[in-house]
Amino acid sequence: MGRARRANWSAHVILLLGVAVFVFPVYLAFVGSSSDLGTVSRGEMGLRPGPHAAENFSRAWSTGSGERIRGAPVRLMMRNSLLMGLVIATGKIAVSLISAFAVVFFRFPLRMFLFWMIFVTLMLPVEVRIIPTYKVVSDLALVNTLPGLTIPLIASATATLIFRQFFLTIPDELVDAAKVDGAGPMRFFWSVLLPISTTTVAALFVILFIYGWNQYLWPLLVTTSQGMETVVIGITKMIGTGESLVDWPIIMATALLAMLPPVVVIITMQRWFVKGLVETEK
Amino acid sequence: MTRRSLFENRLLPYLLIAPQMAIVLVFFYWPAAQAVFQSLLRQDPFGLHTAFVWFENFRTVLTDPFYLNALRVTAFFSGAVILLAMSSGLLLAVTADKQIRGAGIYKTLLIWPYAVAPAVAAALWLFIFHPTIGMLGRTLIRGGVAWDYTLNGTHAMILVILAAAWKQVSYNFIFFLAGLQSISRSVLEAAAVDGAGSRQRFWRVVFPLLSPTTFFLLIVNVIYAFFDTFGVVHALTRGGPGKATETLIYKLWTDGVINLDLGGSSAQSVILLLVVITLTAVQFKYIEGRVVY
Amino acid sequence: MTHRAMTVMLAVLLAFVTVAAGPRLAPTQAQARIGIDFWHAMRGPLGETLEGMTAGFNASQSTYQVKATFKGSYPETMVAAIAAYRAGNAPHIVQMFEVGTATMMAAGAAIKPVHDLMRETGTPFDPATYLPAVRGYYSAADGRMVAFPFNSSTPILWYNKDAFRRAGLDPEKPPLTWPELRAAAQRIRAANAAPCGFSTAWPTWTQFETFGAMHDIPFATKANGFEGFDAELTINAPLYVRHLQFLMDMLKEGTFKYGGRDAAGDSLFPSGECALVTASSALYGRVSREAKFNWGVAYFPYYPDVKGAPKNSVIGGAALWVMTSPRRTVEEYRGVAQFLRYLGSAEVAGKWHMETGYVPISFTGAQYARATGYYQRDAWAELPVKQLTRTLPTKNSKGFRLGNMPEIRVVIYEETERAFQGQQTAKQALDNAVRRGNAILRRFQQTIGQ
Repeated sequence: MGRARRANWSAHVILLLGVAVFVFPVYLAFVGSSSDLGTVSRGEMGLRPGPHAAENFSRAWSTGSGERIRGAPVRLMMRNSLLMGLVIATGKIAVSLISAFAVVFFRFPLRMFLFWMIFVTLMLPVEVRIIPTYKVVSDLALVNTLPGLTIPLIASATATLIFRQFFLTIPDELVDAAKVDGAGPMRFFWSVLLPISTTTVAALFVILFIYGWNQYLWPLLVTTSQGMETVVIGITKMIGTGESLVDWPIIMATALLAMLPPVVVIITMQRWFVKGLVETEK
Repeated sequence: MTRRSLFENRLLPYLLIAPQMAIVLVFFYWPAAQAVFQSLLRQDPFGLHTAFVWFENFRTVLTDPFYLNALRVTAFFSGAVILLAMSSGLLLAVTADKQIRGAGIYKTLLIWPYAVAPAVAAALWLFIFHPTIGMLGRTLIRGGVAWDYTLNGTHAMILVILAAAWKQVSYNFIFFLAGLQSISRSVLEAAAVDGAGSRQRFWRVVFPLLSPTTFFLLIVNVIYAFFDTFGVVHALTRGGPGKATETLIYKLWTDGVINLDLGGSSAQSVILLLVVITLTAVQFKYIEGRVVY
Repeated sequence: MTHRAMTVMLAVLLAFVTVAAGPRLAPTQAQARIGIDFWHAMRGPLGETLEGMTAGFNASQSTYQVKATFKGSYPETMVAAIAAYRAGNAPHIVQMFEVGTATMMAAGAAIKPVHDLMRETGTPFDPATYLPAVRGYYSAADGRMVAFPFNSSTPILWYNKDAFRRAGLDPEKPPLTWPELRAAAQRIRAANAAPCGFSTAWPTWTQFETFGAMHDIPFATKANGFEGFDAELTINAPLYVRHLQFLMDMLKEGTFKYGGRDAAGDSLFPSGECALVTASSALYGRVSREAKFNWGVAYFPYYPDVKGAPKNSVIGGAALWVMTSPRRTVEEYRGVAQFLRYLGSAEVAGKWHMETGYVPISFTGAQYARATGYYQRDAWAELPVKQLTRTLPTKNSKGFRLGNMPEIRVVIYEETERAFQGQQTAKQALDNAVRRGNAILRRFQQTIGQ
């Protein structure tokens, strides 16, 4: 009994330490977002929040930055980021579900070759092929549009891989039963496969939404008007170089606002998220 | 690997895989082929003067002592980040898996850092470690440590390793936790009955059962360390001081975007692509061999 | 339960989107006007001031609509312009930093030189209205303007008057020469009037490029590259070595702190950490808002024993380049020309100068500022202008036209950093820098087919 007690106590210590390491940066950001600019730049920021939180957050949300009136409002950028995250997540999931279904539940010539073609997309990051990708998007007249923003980012294989792993663990009996019932592959897909895949879909939704939300380089290149900018671009836009004023409190407030939706998504989906990934391990 | 029980249709699978193939062909392979072709050219940034130079770019890259430096830096950096991120993730997952009070809250709190955008995470780290305005930066200096990551290569390396690992720990935590929870209780109880102590139990029973997760995470962490850590290095040290933190991906980006050497950076990305494909193919075979219950 | 929860979540998200979208869901676009795309790299308040100027132009006439878009840092904006050009839809105007000048000039058909633009569209334009030191950087060897100077600054010496007072120095008499600066820094450190004596931002721009110009010694052969792409670096000349050694000595005795690359050293002054900092005149924005001490500005220091010193300093910052496109019409170019003229006009240029701390690009802008009493209120602001116009630019102080200058700057950073860490001597560092830099220049030559 004593040993269990000690073990529990040390477990708490470890976990508290872990949480501290991860929550501390955010806490500091919060302190920074509630202070005023001079205090922060002079390095006089302490551990206690300052008095300006409400003021800074409302400024970041509605007016953009600093003491100026112009600048893309955060809520507009949030909308764009949200749309981007949603479209990329749902697009990738939809497209990968049926590809993985094809690769796992059928046998056809070129099957493994096609799968590897999809799999290789993980290994050449978009930064490296960004100029030719821009040209393709431009040729299709998709610059500064939502499709242009999202479709190229749907092109990589993360979801297909995970679905494939999951589908391989489906017991043969389920497929046999469906066949015996006279169900064709699409019936099987809708009535059997999809329902048991919900947790994996949920897990992937979280991963892909965050992936889409956090994109920087591609949106920067392909958006040519302020109305299409995303939150991550907005934050980088605010962090000036030495030649301009770096409005740290507003930047921190915006950074915290930018973290909210992904965090909300994670926490809400957490139960399904963890459960979903468990099933891919089998 | 194939299933035993399949559907017989001939045309349907092609139709199902077609949407993804279409997107991948148009938005990945076509640009990627151009990017690869670029490695055989010497071209000005605007594309107005082009010379076909065969493999000269590759030769220049592979004989460049700074490329070898980047290889060394990347090996050390990636090794440290992967080790740190995976062991921290494992430790936290094992600890959070125990039946203690507040386990749910701990789990939630430890998952959220995954949501932080790289640009935002970098801003946070700057906010903490900057010698002038950073809380920890100032503390270190007040404590007598000559903390200066702009001139001290070791300090710079420590900083980027910590920042890069920080972001990845929660990803590993999530997967390790999932893996631990899928190990059936009966196996654990059987091991306990056999009289194995908890630490022995872990290394003899749990860890081997966790190995598929571990290897899967190894590959993901390798890809992360090789490619996705660019943001961290860029925000904190720019590869300096004196190339002390210049990783392969950072060198690739610098040569492409700052130095506008499109041929050289394309050659570097082809090399990197081949390395990662090889690594992954080896790992792929290995995982396949293991996933049989 | 799962499905219901997910439906609820989706509903909540959709509601959020609608609310967040609000009245901005359909941004209005002036349909009848001719659109002009202007890509820039100005962040924060600078970007907003710029966008205000654009709005001012749009409001002042009804034919053209200039759309200003932030495209990231200067290198990212360069990549964006390149990608767009290759795709056949380059923006009309792109802002490019001064060290990208050689690359842009070598871009040949991709850019339209400003003097050509003005001539072809019949827009009246007089280069003489622009400050020589500013204009010269962006002109061809024959003096015709190729790019339109926009945001230019020059390095000056910022100093902390309160720290001076605490160290027993006269706050109204800042050091003028390097030996004087070192002495002041020593006094400050001895009295612990500030945690650090001297530092610098943009080390290559200040301690090498401006340094060379100020002492009338070349940074590279062929008039710093203006006269040919076969230039070679000369930064291992004795005076450069002497100065690097000077900095290394100061570092060792604790009077100099290496502030890092590019703009990293900027924050050392307004925070009060270093009492003396050589930095851009555009640091004014931060200093005025953040510094909680009395500060002053002084001329960039020089060595009194060098004949001819001090000359004028060089500019940094960026200029506006006009890009070509297969579909571009003369009408669009006319709009571009008018916009550029608007930017150079007295009130606009004057206000840009006063709000940002950049030097006025045109004499009329400077006069506008003077007329509003600006130099009475902000006495510091005259100093950068005076420093730039102190002498007529010589071959060595007109600017730089070296290919892949960003890459060369990084080489200099790396080699000097190794020297600062004690891993090599000043001479070795600069010899290495010259060797590596020349290789870069030769590669540039090859790439543009010279």
